[in-house]
Amino acid sequence: MKKITALVLALCLVLGIGAAMAEDLTLTIGHIGPQTGPAAVYGLATYRGAKIAADEITAADNGITVVLLNEDDTHDAEKAKNAYNSIMEQGAQMIVGTTTTAPCIAVGALAYEERVFMLTPSASSTDVTADKDNVYQVCFTDPNQGSASAAVIKEKALGTKIAVIYNNADAYSTGIYQTFVQKADELGLEIVSTTTFTDETTDFSVQVADAKNNGADLVFLPIYYTPASQILIAAKSQNYAPTFFGVDGMDGILTLEGFDTSLAEGVMLLTPFVADAKDEMTVKFVEEYKKLYDEVPNQFAADAYDCVYALVEAAKKAGVTSDAAAEDICDAMIAAMQEIQVTGLTGTMTWSANGEVDKVPTAMVIKDGAYVGLGN
Amino acid sequence: MIFLSNLVNGISLGSIYAIIALGYTMVYGIAKMLNFAHGDVIMVGAYIIFCGAQYWGLPAPVAVLLAMLVCTVLGMTIEKLAYKPLRQATGLAVLITAIGMSYLLQNTALLIWGANPKVFPSPFSTDALHLFGGELVIKPETLITILANVVIMIALSLFISRTKMGKAMRCVSEDRGAAELMGINVNRTISVTFAIGSALAAIAGLLLCSSYPMLQPTTGSMPGIKAFTAAVFGGIGSIPGAMLGGVLLGIIEILGKAYISTELGDAIVFAVLIVVLLVRPTGLLGKPVREKV
Repeated sequence: MKKITALVLALCLVLGIGAAMAEDLTLTIGHIGPQTGPAAVYGLATYRGAKIAADEITAADNGITVVLLNEDDTHDAEKAKNAYNSIMEQGAQMIVGTTTTAPCIAVGALAYEERVFMLTPSASSTDVTADKDNVYQVCFTDPNQGSASAAVIKEKALGTKIAVIYNNADAYSTGIYQTFVQKADELGLEIVSTTTFTDETTDFSVQVADAKNNGADLVFLPIYYTPASQILIAAKSQNYAPTFFGVDGMDGILTLEGFDTSLAEGVMLLTPFVADAKDEMTVKFVEEYKKLYDEVPNQFAADAYDCVYALVEAAKKAGVTSDAAAEDICDAMIAAMQEIQVTGLTGTMTWSANGEVDKVPTAMVIKDGAYVGLGN
Repeated sequence: MIFLSNLVNGISLGSIYAIIALGYTMVYGIAKMLNFAHGDVIMVGAYIIFCGAQYWGLPAPVAVLLAMLVCTVLGMTIEKLAYKPLRQATGLAVLITAIGMSYLLQNTALLIWGANPKVFPSPFSTDALHLFGGELVIKPETLITILANVVIMIALSLFISRTKMGKAMRCVSEDRGAAELMGINVNRTISVTFAIGSALAAIAGLLLCSSYPMLQPTTGSMPGIKAFTAAVFGGIGSIPGAMLGGVLLGIIEILGKAYISTELGDAIVFAVLIVVLLVRPTGLLGKPVREKV
């Protein structure tokens, strides 16, 4: 710790920014996420959440202005690199993003080379932070989501015979699956059916039938909401009604165009943010979000909101100036991230040196077309 | 019972492949070209039906008719703009153009409708058939798809064997040069072939998205490739072959996934294709073509 403090101080001296700290700060943050494409729900939510945080901080009149730049990566690794290059050319000092895992791994590699600090709201794979000291996460890592899901299922006795359907062509899905199985094994949960699909799969009848025929009373879906909607439809047509349990990728199913949300009734998911929570911060954020965008924010929006606050906190700690270049402040930001503690919408967070966040997950259930806490 | 249930699911998927394969095989049989954009015309058809029913408030049958009309015009336009100028070019040039056309359609759809997936509301609202005390569930979509397949297969066979236009199509298929010398308008014949193939694509779009209701710009591409496989499997150019190939392919895919591995489902499908082509290069119902020296 002493070493890090010394390093920060030394950096401040080197960059000559110690004296500038009291002055006004304009922080330019670049947001990258899919705003069109199959994962658009997530990128739009993270942008909107970040935007609300940026405007709030700027309006607070304490000398800090946050300028939020925005680029669309369409949930495509190649396009994400272009988005990154474009946003850096526009003068971003640090990145909020990227929203989804595969693009985040690609952009993370570039940012590592060029020394740009990244804080992703929602790319949850460990591959996002692995071997890159400059990438931090606000969401849980996939291993964390998988084992936390197993723990919740065990603790609340949600199911005795469990089926898992996951996307074996997707790093996010596979990552959660692996840790889920490991933890389930530890806790003595019985997994009776494991089936897979890929991005090209149109027919889910086999996967659902396998779960049904093996008598599973809970189906764990560590997948995104688009295939999940197809699985819910297939389950209905097979007269199969187990408990469905998803992770953060399930968030978005209620806003899928044309989807009969009554099918999602009773679906559970693990998420650190509850839009109907009664604390002052959440109520204020949800009201603002509803006013601006006419919908209830999901956890991605909340994660991105927390991202911006965490970045500002770290930037203050690192003594970042308005005109500092991204590569000059990266190391100071990394050191600062490990020291700060931020209480945001998704809980009280601290970060470890490998970029992973420490906070507490909550289980939710869909009731009357809205998320409510599982405890209620 | 589990086997029977898987079999029904296989037939359900297979009948979707079959109806797409009918379009492939018809165009190939007559124009002797692989229209790789067929899967994407299906996607366009599905979008038109979706928009018609959801945004413009049209009753479902009207939306389907509209989609058939749009697809027919689209198919004929594609043929006129992209394929007709290449009538004298090598087969490879036409093939590449077809692949290009497929991407053009996908990306245009991306521009118009965005990439947010939409859940396609099935217009067949009748309840599923529950047999053996609910053990075996047959969706109305499956029955309608099979019925549509049979009707279309018979209608197409009759059209090709009995009508004057059908006769012209067979002539063009057999020998384009000789057909022209006999006074057959080759361009018009091929154009009509595309029109029929594309109208079928709209129906295939309806049935595909009713059974598997996820609509996005890439919706047609994977089923399109599988259906093409089915057409080759059954013997490309043969109308009953497309139907047989499609249904068999669907059954193989589902049974392979159910009893061998979900991870290997697609690999099994294509492995079977390779084996069949090694044993019977013309496909199950394809006519062997003798090379004349």
